[in-house]
Amino acid sequence: MASTIVTFELGGREVEVMVRPMTTLQSVLRNQLGATATKEGCRQGGCGGCTVLVDGEPMMSCLLPVEDVAGRRVTTLESLTPAEGLHPIQQAFLDTNAFQCGYCTPGMVMVAKALLDRDPAPSADDIAQALTGNLCRCTGYQPIIRAVQVAAETLGVSERGPAR
Amino acid sequence: MSADLNIVGRSVSRSDGIGHVTGRTVYTADRAFPGMLHLKMVRSPLHHAMIKGVDLSDAERVPGFVRALTAKDVPHNRYTILSLIGVEPEEEFVLAEERVRFKGEAIVAIVAESEEAAMEAVSRVHLDLEELPAVFDVEEALKPGAPIVTHWGNNTFMYEGHPCRRVRLGDVEKAFAQADHIVEGVYNTSPIEHAPMETTGCIAVPEANGRFTVYTNTQALYFSLDNTSIILQLPGNRLHFVGGTVGGGFGGKVDVIVEPIATLAAMKTGRPVRYTYSRSEEMQVSSTRSAWRIYMKDGVTRDGHIIARQVTSYADSGAYSRQTPYALTKHAANAAGPYAIPNVSIDAYCVYTNRQPTSAMRGFGVTMASFALEVQMDKIAEAVGVDPWTIRFINAYHNGDMKPHRKLAEDATLIETMQAAAALVGHELPAELRAMTSAPRGDGQDGGR
Repeated sequence: MASTIVTFELGGREVEVMVRPMTTLQSVLRNQLGATATKEGCRQGGCGGCTVLVDGEPMMSCLLPVEDVAGRRVTTLESLTPAEGLHPIQQAFLDTNAFQCGYCTPGMVMVAKALLDRDPAPSADDIAQALTGNLCRCTGYQPIIRAVQVAAETLGVSERGPAR
Repeated sequence: MSADLNIVGRSVSRSDGIGHVTGRTVYTADRAFPGMLHLKMVRSPLHHAMIKGVDLSDAERVPGFVRALTAKDVPHNRYTILSLIGVEPEEEFVLAEERVRFKGEAIVAIVAESEEAAMEAVSRVHLDLEELPAVFDVEEALKPGAPIVTHWGNNTFMYEGHPCRRVRLGDVEKAFAQADHIVEGVYNTSPIEHAPMETTGCIAVPEANGRFTVYTNTQALYFSLDNTSIILQLPGNRLHFVGGTVGGGFGGKVDVIVEPIATLAAMKTGRPVRYTYSRSEEMQVSSTRSAWRIYMKDGVTRDGHIIARQVTSYADSGAYSRQTPYALTKHAANAAGPYAIPNVSIDAYCVYTNRQPTSAMRGFGVTMASFALEVQMDKIAEAVGVDPWTIRFINAYHNGDMKPHRKLAEDATLIETMQAAAALVGHELPAELRAMTSAPRGDGQDGGR
């Protein structure tokens, strides 16, 4: 089958890629666009390391044909990272040591972003529920849940202005 | 100088932390090089078979196919990882010769322009295999008439001429005859896959100066370099191995599996070659923790002192031994546990079967010993009628005690650790246990035993 041209929004910029049918968004990000923050752990929707946001919703990019994101807004960890410093979620992961090998961290941060956009004050159970599709084989789940809680507190504070 | 000594008790950010939270940490899988080729393996679909023929003609016609590598392309095809520390014999094949010994064993390496082309070509290699009887259980593998996995005629790794790693202290049979209780147990554990988030992989890059730069997520960089040097019969100074952040390992990335063949492919093609396991290869082909079967027999006095322990352990090494012989040695050294037992006999067998090879994993054979012997301690406590804390205190090592493998206990802390653990969980220990220390015996401790 012939290749097609697909355009979508990535981190606020329009990108255009030529792909063979059924090429995944994960493959396009990593192999064509060099955006390797989106990880590759299983290519079968089993680990969550490739999670990106599509129109704000977390999706596993390894299961997503890139044609399906045509005209849609894709957010990866690269687009979340500010030019200087860190996003509050990243800062919270750093401050709470919510990683060991770090390979699952990008997916965890993206899921946390989607969750906190939807629910600024999730309970620990809500966080665990949101992260059920994301594996951490170093098994550091407790610090990850804590990181999301810390991020929620920081974001809540900054939305209300600094506490006095 | 003292100004620098201010870290203890403080939380310090990890040097790789910002890379991890921004996704800028570069893992092996994140690297790519211009002109990079992809290597995929043709693997045995059978657990045990003779290789009668390999037909590459269909594979060679796949668009993007570059070349195939078979055993005869590998300069030193039969190797053993631990030869670097004097372990013999060389027993594993980079690519199978004549016979495959486990399902998933590599037979032909296919190098192609893209990963898809490599996979397509792999699917078009036709294997002519003659299936052989296979064995999957350690004790079945030791019975007369069992299928023989190794090339030397039996299914055990040989330790200095013996079929098992042996530890002997005192006389267990004599002590069993004097014991008030005999407590026996058999303990089985399953093989466990490390399942790192980043699968095993490397990229070998030929350089203009004749060297090869190998980017790898190995946990054992120089081990991999040295074995690659042996397998490819290349001086070590032509190999430059670059490690870095490993996306999870847990012992699963200490085998030398991807680097030698990827480097050979880079030599033969003059181009960078990536060889990375798929998730299914990681689960079904890469080493696991061994399955173990441990028989334990203890002789105990009516007041709870263990006076004899006999252990027979079998680790299922799978088709090749990799780091498992070393795990058995560590197991044998630890199977008596942190307890002072005057009569000990341990036989630990590294057994070959037709399962996927096994190797290092967290604890390296000691974990399995601890599982078996701590359950055994609870059984002893029940048989004698004392509580599980007491049985451990009264049998614990003191400094100066002789361990079964003839090392003196020098830094014994079991008693103090258990006292601290009891306090943490809110368990009130009897006064006599609270008063104990690991100080050498003969100073009134524990009746001077």
